[in-house]
Amino acid sequence: MNKKKRDTIYDIRYTKHAKTVLMTGNEAIGEAAVAAGCRLYAGYPITPQNELTAYMSKRMVEEKRVFIQSESELAAINMVFGASVAGARAMTSSSSPGISLKQEGISYLAGCELPAVIVNIMRGGPGLGNIAPAQSDYFQATRGGGHGDYRTIALAPSSVEEAVELTRLAFDLADNYRGPVLVVGDGILGQMMEPVQVSSFKFQVSSSQPPPKPWALTGAKGRKPNIIRSLYLKPRALEEFNKKLQRKYEEIKEKETRFEEVLTKDAELIIVAYGTTSRIAKAAVQSLRKKNKKAGLIRPITLWPFPDKAIKDAAKNTKVFLVVEMSCGQMIEDVELAVCGRRPVHFYGRPGGGVPTPEEIEKEAEKLL
Amino acid sequence: MRKIFTRPKSLRDVPTHYCPGCGHGIVHRLVCEVIDELNIREKTIGIAPVGCAVLAYDYWDFDVTEAAHGRPPAVATGIKRILPSNIVFTYQGDGDLAAIGTSEIIHTANRGENITVIFVNNGIYGMTGGQMAPTTLLKQKTKTTPFGRDKIREGYPLKISEMLAVLDGVVYLERVSVHKPVNVRAAKKAIKRAFLTQINKEGFSMVEVVAMCPVGWGTSCEGSVKWIEDNIIKYYPLGVLKEKYE
Repeated sequence: MNKKKRDTIYDIRYTKHAKTVLMTGNEAIGEAAVAAGCRLYAGYPITPQNELTAYMSKRMVEEKRVFIQSESELAAINMVFGASVAGARAMTSSSSPGISLKQEGISYLAGCELPAVIVNIMRGGPGLGNIAPAQSDYFQATRGGGHGDYRTIALAPSSVEEAVELTRLAFDLADNYRGPVLVVGDGILGQMMEPVQVSSFKFQVSSSQPPPKPWALTGAKGRKPNIIRSLYLKPRALEEFNKKLQRKYEEIKEKETRFEEVLTKDAELIIVAYGTTSRIAKAAVQSLRKKNKKAGLIRPITLWPFPDKAIKDAAKNTKVFLVVEMSCGQMIEDVELAVCGRRPVHFYGRPGGGVPTPEEIEKEAEKLL
Repeated sequence: MRKIFTRPKSLRDVPTHYCPGCGHGIVHRLVCEVIDELNIREKTIGIAPVGCAVLAYDYWDFDVTEAAHGRPPAVATGIKRILPSNIVFTYQGDGDLAAIGTSEIIHTANRGENITVIFVNNGIYGMTGGQMAPTTLLKQKTKTTPFGRDKIREGYPLKISEMLAVLDGVVYLERVSVHKPVNVRAAKKAIKRAFLTQINKEGFSMVEVVAMCPVGWGTSCEGSVKWIEDNIIKYYPLGVLKEKYE
């Protein structure tokens, strides 16, 4: 028998006849990027996102695309910057400390209005922290992260299947709005294996074929030279540019806010949680419902733009909010801004690599119901 | 009347922001002359640095992008890997290339990226007002070495080109100067050779251009020429540092 040795890294091509495959979140994000037409990936090793870099080192080369293990996170984000300048879809990935290093480049991508996808598989911090899953980069992901007046769309998948869909969406949104887009997961999402429909990787043509980029640098043949820059020295020029960016962010807020609501209609208590935490919270909500306790869940899918209207609307009918995060409380500030004092907002968090159990969340909820 | 000397097509006809006696204007012009002569204007992509040459795109009439301080080699890597048929070059100062971007230049050179680097060494941070650069000479006074660069306090002037020359990925590396007409001619020859190295897909090429900064050095135009002749090129000797064509 001609038995081919299975690679340690998951390879979707081994499953030609299967309809469903088991993949880690890291691998699924990699395959989704390949399917979305990513032409350059640059990355630097850091746990817990290493499977993604390793996956790309194989798949990108097989597809005759560009894979570079860079000398640093700074270099990786700037290689992505260069590929984007040249009009290509490009991605880098890292985990929390590495994402801090990329912030310089992310600010320049925003300032130069260049599309790019950045994946953050979050771990505990501050500093070196640990390599356990965490959600403590919420502020960094939703407030810009680097210097200057800008925002980045931040997509937060809660399953491996959804990571595929949101990676595809990240490339589309980056191109459509000409700016960096973050895919924000945690160490559990990155390393957990879950079934994924093979058909999930067959994207619409619009996704694998990016829109024309007349602004890209390809050589000034038959046209005036293109210039890409974020420097505006003339009086008021930067002020005008900043206002232009803000108009773009307003449009994104209006059109691209995404969230999921579970049993919120009659809920007396609404849990707000995203990513892995939202799945644990969902189990708590189901358990509470079995006890006839009216709990519901709002799960932000876009951390920025934050679904503040959904929270605001829910505040009309519900009695109390419980925000659950794998941090000391970061998203809770956005929930409080949306609720605006109309209802009490409580918090339950497990920072530094702690993961809340459904029972813990249930217990916290029962104190409030 | 026959015109025998004119502005290169790749150089825009605009007023300059560079100070009197500055070397950047000459280096900009040489790059543009070479691009014209090699007929590559329509496929050239330049990367402007952070520093005095940050506005290079105001002068060059071809596609140009900015890059964060020190990162042009990484940006060039991204562009060239996507567009291998285009001509990609970075234009970097000594602070950009030899201080904050040391890591990027070393690893880009070591990967043997098929790009060209124009490295302008004037031994000072011109744009920010004349602070010590990694290439500032010993005893040289700057805004941040008011008593002169001291080897105990500030260390030695960095021989970055000599460091890069030992890397296997580097194909062509030469140090030139633009302080005298004879040197300007040699500089142009080196820049042309560097671009040809890239066109012929030989690999990484770099030209270090020693240039004048009279304002930053606190001297006159004539004084800056003398400073290069008497001091800089004694520490940083001119000539080919590496040629390794297959």
